[in-house]
Amino acid sequence: MGEKVLITGNEAIGEAAIRAGCRFFFGYPITPQNKIPEYLSYRLPQVGGCFIQAESEIAAIYMVFGAAGAGARVLTSSSGPGISLKQEGISYISAAELPCVIVNVMRAGPGLGGILPSQSDYFQATKGGGHGDYHLLVLAPSTVQETVNLVMDAFDLADKYRNPVIVLADGYIGQMMEPVEFKGRPPKELSAKDWTVTGAKNRPRNLIKSLYLDPEELEQHNLKLHRKYLEMAKNDVRVETYLTDDAEIIIAAYGTVARIAKTAIKILREKGIKVGMVRPITVFPFPYETFTEISEKVDDILVVEMSLGQMIEDVKLGVCGRANVHFYGRVGGMVPTYDEIVREIEKIKRSQV
Amino acid sequence: MKSLYENVIMAGFGGQGVLFIGRLLAHAAMKEGRNVTWIPSYGPEMRGGTANCTVVISDEVIGSPVIASPHALIVMNNPSLDAFGPRLETGGLLIINSSLVTRETKRNDITVVEAPANKIASEIGSDRAANMVLLGAYIARTKVVTKENILEALKKVLGEKKKQLFEINKTAFEKGIEIGSL
Amino acid sequence: MMKVVFERPKSMFPVPTHYCPGCGHGIVHRLLAEVIDEFGIRERVVGVAPVGCAVLIYNYINCDMYEAAHGRAPAIATGCKRVHPDLILFTYQGDGDLASIGTAEIIHAANRGENITVLFLNNAVYGMTGGQMAPTTILGQRTTTSPLGRSPKREGYPIRIAEMLATLEGATYIARVAVHNPRAIIAAKKALKKAFEVQINGLGFSLVEFLSPCPTGWGMSSTEAPKWVEEKMIPSFPLGEFKVPKSEKSVK
Repeated sequence: MGEKVLITGNEAIGEAAIRAGCRFFFGYPITPQNKIPEYLSYRLPQVGGCFIQAESEIAAIYMVFGAAGAGARVLTSSSGPGISLKQEGISYISAAELPCVIVNVMRAGPGLGGILPSQSDYFQATKGGGHGDYHLLVLAPSTVQETVNLVMDAFDLADKYRNPVIVLADGYIGQMMEPVEFKGRPPKELSAKDWTVTGAKNRPRNLIKSLYLDPEELEQHNLKLHRKYLEMAKNDVRVETYLTDDAEIIIAAYGTVARIAKTAIKILREKGIKVGMVRPITVFPFPYETFTEISEKVDDILVVEMSLGQMIEDVKLGVCGRANVHFYGRVGGMVPTYDEIVREIEKIKRSQV
Repeated sequence: MKSLYENVIMAGFGGQGVLFIGRLLAHAAMKEGRNVTWIPSYGPEMRGGTANCTVVISDEVIGSPVIASPHALIVMNNPSLDAFGPRLETGGLLIINSSLVTRETKRNDITVVEAPANKIASEIGSDRAANMVLLGAYIARTKVVTKENILEALKKVLGEKKKQLFEINKTAFEKGIEIGSL
Repeated sequence: MMKVVFERPKSMFPVPTHYCPGCGHGIVHRLLAEVIDEFGIRERVVGVAPVGCAVLIYNYINCDMYEAAHGRAPAIATGCKRVHPDLILFTYQGDGDLASIGTAEIIHAANRGENITVLFLNNAVYGMTGGQMAPTTILGQRTTTSPLGRSPKREGYPIRIAEMLATLEGATYIARVAVHNPRAIIAAKKALKKAFEVQINGLGFSLVEFLSPCPTGWGMSSTEAPKWVEEKMIPSFPLGEFKVPKSEKSVK
């Protein structure tokens, strides 16, 4: 057992990356995630790593491209507007099959929006985000400890699939302090990176690219990427089910909203309303099957998000008409309270009888 | 033993040290093996221009780190009382810095502890330790963590660089304990 | 006894290029390969290809390579160099890539003093997309998007990259050369060699701008194009060294 430290989510992300063997960070300041670059700007040199504050998010993501192509574990972090700027590079990185980890500490949009917490980048993260037919593996932590664990896992998953992994946190997770333990973990056995660009010594040269002018060749490349996403869906879906066994109504939520929902569930159960929760931890690949199964058991599912309804589309795909899917969301940096969630569930309960 | 669950919002002007005493409380709770969350002025709480933080302490896994109606409220100035006073839950504990809070709370369903924190802090030599007086009063009333663990957290958070501030903060904290124990 | 007086550089694949007759890219590729051979560094060279006509440079130069997005080559080279400081990094970029969409990346790579070498090919036009106006299109020059000829009032002025980057403290070696005749090509190779030497010696950022003919983009024959470089381009983009390592005196 390691010692627990009280640390903000943003700093914990930085430290978790270092514990996972990441030695390179390229980023550009944006609220509410500035503690990540600030933390790494002094921590990385201590462990022989390198931190660069890039001239823009665009430059930062291509520095990530360069470092990932050179075989390094590399991190960048940003928030909504900055992640939008990085999308070009993320598409190229996905196409070139380079492993890297991207953290989005979500703030409210669109446009400059605000700096307060939000889940409005769900579509952007889970449906590709940039141009072309590709996906990121998307991890959505709910506590600071889980953020630490998932950031570490993210590097392993990125290497496993040679694919960018995005950690989709909301602003609260970045700002909040919680006791955290950085658990020692055995290094994952991964296949050697024989595709990296490190100088063509005693081997044919390596080339990292995304241009395929021959349509048949590009189709094959697209299919290869697609097979990876199917593999992710087969092997790496993560989901938490909470008090679902006896539940008559299910809440679907992720991130901070899922924590708030847990408090609402406690209050509702004290009132005698049996409510449970399905919390996707990977939002791509999405736990469709869990929702399919749950929709056989309950008539009503309430999706709660800090958006006007993004994850709900995936929930509906899993439910596929077998249950009523309701929605409650707050946006703009406003956060659904447990009282509001309780009220929504009571409304659904009343409509059942 | 009943499982512990407490939450508190602390609010004041920027610079009055409300985030600081929130951190001390969070550190002490962690030391005692509790789950704890600390959120600074962020999210919807940022409106109104007060500096504030929310601390939740629990034996069980903490659900919402965001609290609509807190069990306790520490207010260091008038705007904080205006912003958070109405949200305090019925039967809740309101700790007021009576040196700066001139308004009266209109509520009679709560417990109010008034501490002239700035006055006391000035008397012992540093106006800036007013936050510790209020934390002392809160700890004396709730006993959510021990005095000793707050002082240990104080030592830890001040660190080597600011250890000369320990004694004055400790004295202020103890004055607050006295007031809270009345 | 027979003596070899001319051969293909070892760092070049034995394949024909896709470039148009009279284009300067092939010449600059060859100079690059010769310099890599002469320094004996092929096994530790990593190149970054641009978007533009030269995107396929990796089909011709035999070393480890990245293919960048438009304008981003200096950022990619930065990422790689920071991971492996012992590698020799070059980017190869055209005028649209470097002087338009990638201005931020090139300025900041130079300003950080990234220890990389940039080959900047300036042919005053967007070649691959079909002859549109470039940031370096000269005044009066007609292109498919400046059909009336570039006018400062409408389209602004051609950007002089070498002069601009030479003002940055982080830049160590900045030169402009041309590849429109044999004498110019010999001088160009000398500058390129110097640029790589700067990097090998760890002295910082180096860039060589090559003025290069684009007969197709200019709507000229491949004999007219070199003349246009001499008569029109060079007066707009004077040749010379704009910044040299501190130990050396500028010979502009």
